[in-house]
Amino acid sequence: MLHIINKSPLTNGSLDSCLRVAQPGDVLLIEDAVYAATTGNAFEGKIREAMGRFKIYVLQPDIDARGFNGRVIEGVIPVDYSGFVELTTTNKNCQSWL
Amino acid sequence: MSEIKKFMFVNRKAPHGTIYALESLEVVLITAAFDQDVSLVFLDDGVYQLKKGQQTKGIETKNFSPAYRALEGYDIEKLYVEKESLEARGLSEDDLLVDVTVLGRSEMGELMDQQDVVLSF
Repeated sequence: MLHIINKSPLTNGSLDSCLRVAQPGDVLLIEDAVYAATTGNAFEGKIREAMGRFKIYVLQPDIDARGFNGRVIEGVIPVDYSGFVELTTTNKNCQSWL
Repeated sequence: MSEIKKFMFVNRKAPHGTIYALESLEVVLITAAFDQDVSLVFLDDGVYQLKKGQQTKGIETKNFSPAYRALEGYDIEKLYVEKESLEARGLSEDDLLVDVTVLGRSEMGELMDQQDVVLSF
């Protein structure tokens, strides 16, 4: 399953809940959730730990908009909008954690 | 003209996921026109509003971050950032696009206490 998160990890529990509950699969961070994938963020340890169970993707245009180009945690996979669409088609279903 | 009041704008939201940051900036600029004593505070994800290098072309929204550099021209020079908020996000003053005063949480609390009006975004 593809899990889509759009909230910052430091002000909302969506990503935490997803990583706690979800079965191994793909996680795509978009909008304010992309901060979770940036180096030095207090959530970095949890992302690194989750990378053992999930493939973590990040939407590059949202990284660029927030000024974090070049500061994405190594191993997190950047995708563009067509990569986003591809993830929704290669997974059998998806869940948006609002 | 009535007496000058101390206005504080408390910004706690990241810049592009919601409209709060842009709305705050609009109100700040309006307030500047009334010659009040204006302070801007950036806490929690609000510190992301001041991140250098924001490029919004890919998400097709207005990049309003350069406007923070224009605040000086409106005599808004009191910008405060909480130290703990920066640290939790792996940021330092060098990552910010304007000069700010970095305060610890207790100094920030004292500053809030001195205000006549506090507006939260």
